[in-house]
Amino acid sequence: MITSFPKLLTATVVTLKLLSLSLFFGLFIGLVFAILRLSKNKIINKFAYAYSYVFRGTPLLVQIFIIYFGLGQIEYFRSTFLWVVFKEPYWCAIIAFALNTGAYTSEILRSAFQTIKPGFIEAGKSLGISNKIIFYKIQIPIAIRQSLPAYGNEIILMMKGTSLASTVTLMDLTGVAKYIISTTFKPIEVFIVAGGIYLFMTFIIHNFIKFLEKKYGYSQ
Amino acid sequence: MELLAFGKTGWGDELFIATLMTIAVSITAMFIGFLFALIFTPLKLSKNKFFNLIGNSYTTVIRGVPELLVIYLFFFGGSGAVMYVASIFGYNEYIEINAFITGSFAIGIISGAYSTEVFRGAIQSIDKGQFEASQVLGLKRFVYFFRVIMPQMLRLAIPNLSNVWQITLKDTSLISVTGLVEIMRQSYIAAGSTRDPLFFYSFAAVLYLLLTFLSMKLINRLEIKYSRGF
Repeated sequence: MITSFPKLLTATVVTLKLLSLSLFFGLFIGLVFAILRLSKNKIINKFAYAYSYVFRGTPLLVQIFIIYFGLGQIEYFRSTFLWVVFKEPYWCAIIAFALNTGAYTSEILRSAFQTIKPGFIEAGKSLGISNKIIFYKIQIPIAIRQSLPAYGNEIILMMKGTSLASTVTLMDLTGVAKYIISTTFKPIEVFIVAGGIYLFMTFIIHNFIKFLEKKYGYSQ
Repeated sequence: MELLAFGKTGWGDELFIATLMTIAVSITAMFIGFLFALIFTPLKLSKNKFFNLIGNSYTTVIRGVPELLVIYLFFFGGSGAVMYVASIFGYNEYIEINAFITGSFAIGIISGAYSTEVFRGAIQSIDKGQFEASQVLGLKRFVYFFRVIMPQMLRLAIPNLSNVWQITLKDTSLISVTGLVEIMRQSYIAAGSTRDPLFFYSFAAVLYLLLTFLSMKLINRLEIKYSRGF
């Protein structure tokens, strides 16, 4: 139990790297697709809806396997420059995670945008503020505040999701835990240590989001 | 398309059986989850601090730890635990539990944590007057739970339970690591032997989409049925 602790801690760094990179890209993807979802053009709207429906309706494991095992099969794809990225399991996992969390994030942000009271936008318009500034200075800050609790849950779900990286040969926290279990046959001890590290991360994320909610909440 | 033919030439029948297996595991896991929720929801709502602690630690730990880790715990630790219990009763032979049971148990415990939260929320949002009214009417606890609380709770819980069902259905893909032949495992085998992973994993994605789509349709009907009169 004690000897496995340092190994698990170094693996935690891999998990955190995977988590932060996929959240970073995922937030960007989510924002783009949330804006597409709000578009009045029906084709763009349907496309964004289909994206989030497909990624939310299939298991993350399938998505990773399609990207890691599936895409390498296309001959043409292997000759493009993208192959440099897609041959690494590390980047494949991050791409799959980012696309997955992007789909959930787009839904969270969309509903946040839709719940903004029209009065805020109208107030901005009547003050003669341009549409662009209304979007960046009024809609986005309110949407971020609205979506914080749901996004906090999404971060925790994504942290748990990174454990699937171990299925494509990456040695993240779960991967190392599995390796130690299968070599020492002490599943319960390893589970307690690895589970404890995950719980600790959940605890930190949960409290960080609570802190942000307080900071950006309406001053009442 | 020949790859999906039924019979010996294609993988159609194997994938069909695997889909049935996924459905079977999901339903079993959901059911085990309900059993867990039945135990832990009262604990979470109890006024006793000790019971409260047990209920809260169950939902916090399971919802804070990756599903895959829970599955590994059951996969590697399951037969050991059963053998330990059996040895207390004087049975010392090696026992191997089948993958279906460990898998649905592991997923069931996870789904139970989510169900517990859903039931707790639903019961807590029932108007207090309902509890008081049934006490005033002198209803027996049994009658009051099944006739007054249950119908109202179900109406509130069904939309959230449909989310739990979706999570459970998608989590079953993780059992493939233990070797149970469900959609994911079968696609893995098919992809390995035909060297066509892109096709088979995409097909697996389509199967999962179909399952989530159909179950949503079914749950929407239930939702309408239980929200009659509101």
